[in-house]
Order: sequence, then C-alpha cells, then structure tokens
Amino acid sequence: MLFTDIVFYVLSAILLFSGIRVITTRNPVHAALFLVLAFFTAAGIWLLLEAEFLAIALILVYVGAVMVLFLFVVMMLDINLDKLREGFWEYLPMAGLIGVLMVVEMTMVLAEKNLHPSEAVELPANYSNTAALGKVLYTDYLLPFELAAVVLLVAMIAAIVLTLRERKDNKSMNPADQVKVKRSDRIRIVSMPAEVEEAPAVAAEEKK
Amino acid sequence: MDNMQFDLLALLPELVVMGMAMFILLLDLFILPQNRFMIYGLSQFTLLAAAFFTFKTHTPAVGFAFSHMFIDDTLSDVIKLMMYLGTSLILVYTRKYLQDRNLYRGEFYAMVLFGLLGMMIMVSGHNMLTIYIGLELLSLCLYSLVAFDRDNPRASEAAMKYFVLGALASGMLLYGMSMLYGMTGSLDVSDIANSIAQQPKSPVLILGLVFVVAGLAFKFGAVPFQMWVPDVYQGSPTPMTLLIGSVPKLAAYAMTVRLLVQGLHPLALDWQDMLVLMAVLSIIIGNFSAIVQTNLKRMLAYSTISHVGFIMFGMMSANANGFASSFFYISAYVLMSIAGFGIILLLSRQGFEAEEINDLKGLNQRHPWFAFLMLIIMFSMAGIPPTIGFYAKFTVLQAAWQAGFTWQVVLAVLMATIGAFYYLNIVRKMYFDAPEDHTPLSAPLDMRFILSVHSLALLGLGLFPEVLLGVCGHSLLISLQ
Repeated sequence: MLFTDIVFYVLSAILLFSGIRVITTRNPVHAALFLVLAFFTAAGIWLLLEAEFLAIALILVYVGAVMVLFLFVVMMLDINLDKLREGFWEYLPMAGLIGVLMVVEMTMVLAEKNLHPSEAVELPANYSNTAALGKVLYTDYLLPFELAAVVLLVAMIAAIVLTLRERKDNKSMNPADQVKVKRSDRIRIVSMPAEVEEAPAVAAEEKK
Repeated sequence: MDNMQFDLLALLPELVVMGMAMFILLLDLFILPQNRFMIYGLSQFTLLAAAFFTFKTHTPAVGFAFSHMFIDDTLSDVIKLMMYLGTSLILVYTRKYLQDRNLYRGEFYAMVLFGLLGMMIMVSGHNMLTIYIGLELLSLCLYSLVAFDRDNPRASEAAMKYFVLGALASGMLLYGMSMLYGMTGSLDVSDIANSIAQQPKSPVLILGLVFVVAGLAFKFGAVPFQMWVPDVYQGSPTPMTLLIGSVPKLAAYAMTVRLLVQGLHPLALDWQDMLVLMAVLSIIIGNFSAIVQTNLKRMLAYSTISHVGFIMFGMMSANANGFASSFFYISAYVLMSIAGFGIILLLSRQGFEAEEINDLKGLNQRHPWFAFLMLIIMFSMAGIPPTIGFYAKFTVLQAAWQAGFTWQVVLAVLMATIGAFYYLNIVRKMYFDAPEDHTPLSAPLDMRFILSVHSLALLGLGLFPEVLLGVCGHSLLISLQ
C-alpha cells in the first residue's frame, strides 16, 4: 500500500499547486493551462479510487473539449489585464476577511469528528466501473438522464436564438428558391397594340 | 422499472408539454411569418391538453414513478393546473407586445413551454437530482428569454446579472445538497428525512441546510438574497418580467415543500429561525424601498420582495396550516402580479413602454374601465378588503399568530400599512391627475376581455375566498400525510 500512498501524495501536491496557480498567475492563458494540469491530476486521483470511467471522462470531456474551447475564448477575447486587476488592493481586506472566515467555519464543521467515513469496500477483480455506471444510468436514473438531455437541447436553442443573425447586406442565394423558380417569376408577357410607323416622307412634305 | 406503463402515464402531462415544445420549434421553421398565430394557438392548445391530462390522471393516492424520482400527488397536480392557467394568461397578455417589437417568434413559445416543463419537474421531483435538473431547465429558459431581445442593452445587462447570480444560487443549492447527501447517503427526499430522524444532529447537516435555504431564498428573491430582483425586473422586457415574477414562484414554493417539509422536517427548528429572519427583513426592506421608486416595474419588484416576505410568514410556522396559508398567498400573488403586469402590457404600444408610474397619470379620464381594473389590482396587492389580497395576508398572518409569532405579526401589519402607501399612490395618480398622453389603446379585444375577467376574479375570489383556500389547504393536507 505504500506505493499508492506515495502516488496519492504526489498527485495531491501537484493538484494543490496547480489549483493555487490558476488563481494567482497573471496570464489568463497560463491559468487555463494550469487548470488543465489540475484536471489531469484529479483524474489520476480518481484512477487511484478505481473510478476509471469518471477519470477518463474527466480527461476526455474537460481537458479535451471544455478547456480547448476555454483557451480559444481566452485568446479571442483579448482581455485587458490592468482593468481586471483594478481595485484589487481595495477589495483585498474585505475579501480576505470573508475568505478566512469561510475557511475557519468550514474547518470547524468539516472536522473529522463530524464525519463518519464508511469502510472501503473490497471489489472483485472483474468489477467494471463503467458497466455499473451504465446500469444505474439507464434504470434508476433514467428520468434525470433524459431531462439532462432536454437541458442541453434548451441550451442549444438559446445559443442559436441569441447569436444567429441574418445580415441585411447578405447577398447569398437560397438554392431552394432558385430551383423553385418558374418562368412567370422571371419574364412577364405583356400584350401591347402594334405601333404603326407613319411614313416619314409624307410628314416631311407637309412641313414644307 | 417493474411497471414501465404506469411510469409513463404519471408523466403524461410532462411528455405532452415536452413533445409539443419540440413540435412547435420545428413547425416554426416551416411556416410563413404571417401564419405565426398557429404557433400561438398551438401553445395555448398544449396548455389546455396538459391541463386535461393532469386532471384526467389525477388520483387522490400518491403515485411514484421512475424509481421514486418522480412523485404524482394532489399537491403537484393542483400546482401544475395553476401553472397552466398562469402561463396561458401570460401568453395572452404578451402577444401584442411581442408582435410590436419583432419578438414574436416560435422560439419564444418553445422556451416558455420548456420552462414550464422545468417547473413541472420541480413540482413533481422527489429526488434532489430531479429537483435540481428541473430548476436548471427553468433557469436556463428564463436567462435566455430575458436576453431574447438581444439588441436591447438593458435586457442584455439584466440577463447577465440574472445569469451570474442565478448560477451562484444554483451552486449554493447544489453544495448544500451534496452535504446532505454526504450525511444521509441518499438523494431521495423520504430517505433523507428517515436518515436525519435516526441520526444525531451534526453541524454538517446544518451547514447543508444553510446552503439549501440560501439557494431557495435566492430563487424566491427574499432578503438578503434579493439584490438581483429590482435590476432584473426593470431591465427585462415586460413579458419576460412577467414570466420571471409570476409562475416560477409556484415552482419555488413546491421545491420548498419538497426539500424543507418532506425532506428536512427533522431539522424544522433550525430552518424556522432562518425563515423568520428572512421573512421579517423581506417585508421591511421590500416595502420601504418600494416607496421611493418612480419606475412601475421596479416598484413591483420591491413589492414582490415584500410579498415573498409574507409567503415566508406562512412557511415559518413549520406546520401544515402555515404552509397551506402560504400556498393560498402564493396563488393569489401569482394572479395579482400577472394582472398588474398585464395592465403595463396593455398600456404599452410600439415604441412606448408604459413602465413609469407617471405613465398611469389620469388613466381614469382616458380609459375609466382599465383604471378601475388597476384599482382592483392595486387594492388586492395592498391587501384591502374585499379583494383576494386581503384574505391572503389575513390567513398568512393568522397562521403565524397561532404559531406564536406575536411581534413579527404586529410588525408585518405595520409594514403592510406602509406598503399601502405606494399602491394607493398609483390609484391617486390614476384618478386625480390630469393625463399627459392621449394615445388610444392598441390592445386586441381578447386581451382586454381576458384581462377584465382576470382582474374581476381578484375581486370575486376575495368575496368567496373559501374556494381557493379550500383547494390549497385540502391538496396540501392530503399530500403531506
């Protein structure tokens, strides 16, 4: 058991370090990268707890998708760092006081005597974390699972409603309209009486 | 999963609303803008169908579905029926406003229905996970609806504030729920109650409770979590203010019943103190701040805070009588607030928002009938007999008095008197000031008719309060057994 203990302490140390760096580093891109490191080490700790599926999902979803998106946003936003840091010293005493109070309160409440950790369960060697999750997800937790899908649908609709704009100066054509076009949309046949041209010679003689 | 057929039957109204919301979303892509009345009609039809199924599948017995994730009892059915009614009224009143401002789009109706689905899930959630997801579904719809008029900078600002603070509240609620899960080992509401009753009270449970109550208070808009209410109410387009301020309060009430009464009743002594503090502060701060407002929507926002205080007065007694009275109050409040904002929408027209109190000046000379309706609404909000608002305040304070909250009740009566000042100020402006604006009303006939019936109902229900009071009390009592 010594080996896993060492791995745990190493991972935890890296996790704490990167967590602190996320909020202390000056460059937002560095902060995002430290967050990636934090997720990665957290996934390592989950692996130690034999929650393989969650560990891999954390890396795939958070590191692979969310953080990449986040980095893009940070780079594209062009954040003005000086403006962000405005009022830092002014708010520090108040924020520090509240922070310290919260830490003290949480330590008092979450002290070991108040928590009753349950005994670790020895799992059989062929136990599959993924299969167990899948089983509860599609039986006991079916309703919240499907509702979460509705939440995602709503998020998608909201994003499209709030961002999709039709530009007024857009000159692109709609192919469906082009195909559907009929002859009558393009030309109009007008019946007009034929104009009879008078002989110019006669007119000239009359003038004289 | 032993009885799948029953499971789906219990969810029938939810399935109807969800299916129709998706259908409306798709249909909107295929119809011409001038045929959009179909979307509106279909939304109203959905509400009617959902009401029909809720009514038809109602049984006095408590039914569970999806491994106790979903509860179908009388309370949830009654609240759902009220929600359909409220949403239907909102759709009637907002149609003209949306048409005038180029917001009359299918997505609005789909979002409203999805939000309704979220509220129905909150009402019927019997598991903290279901309740939380229902809440998120509702909140997400409301955030995006506030920002729906996306070229309006005030609306965008309101949406941003609402989103950030709402996310913070959801986070607090979730954190509290995780603490409770840690101490009880279950997310199921009844299991939590059983587990807490069997174990000694520990500080961790109380910490979880504090976070849950803070999250609930945030959603209600009670002091000290009221900061978002005035800004969001004022900044949002009026239809969205109406959507935020009315029907979701019913859902928040149901969530409170599920979490605090059914789940955390063994800790009632602890949450009672928190509710007393929030109720008293809400009534004081809400009423005093409302006096100085010049914007009607902002004033109604502060008045909402004071109404929330009264609602909590019922809950803080922590007995069935108290909760029944606050259920009665909340249904009366939903009716009043929809009618109040309905008048604002009635007086608005293209390019003009009737949201300053001065816009109501001389309404009696312009439109005596609507001035009279506004008079009823204001009397009802102020709690002047014989309107329903009076009986709502009366039953709530009676319940608190019986529970032994003497000085709090005296204070609440004083504050209600102060509150009458700003409601009557509006009546004064309507009847005794000269009108500044003589534009005729442009509201459609159906809206005028329904608004008239609705406002008169405030008076009618006030004359016969036992109807609504009986429904509220009965449904709550048989559900809490």
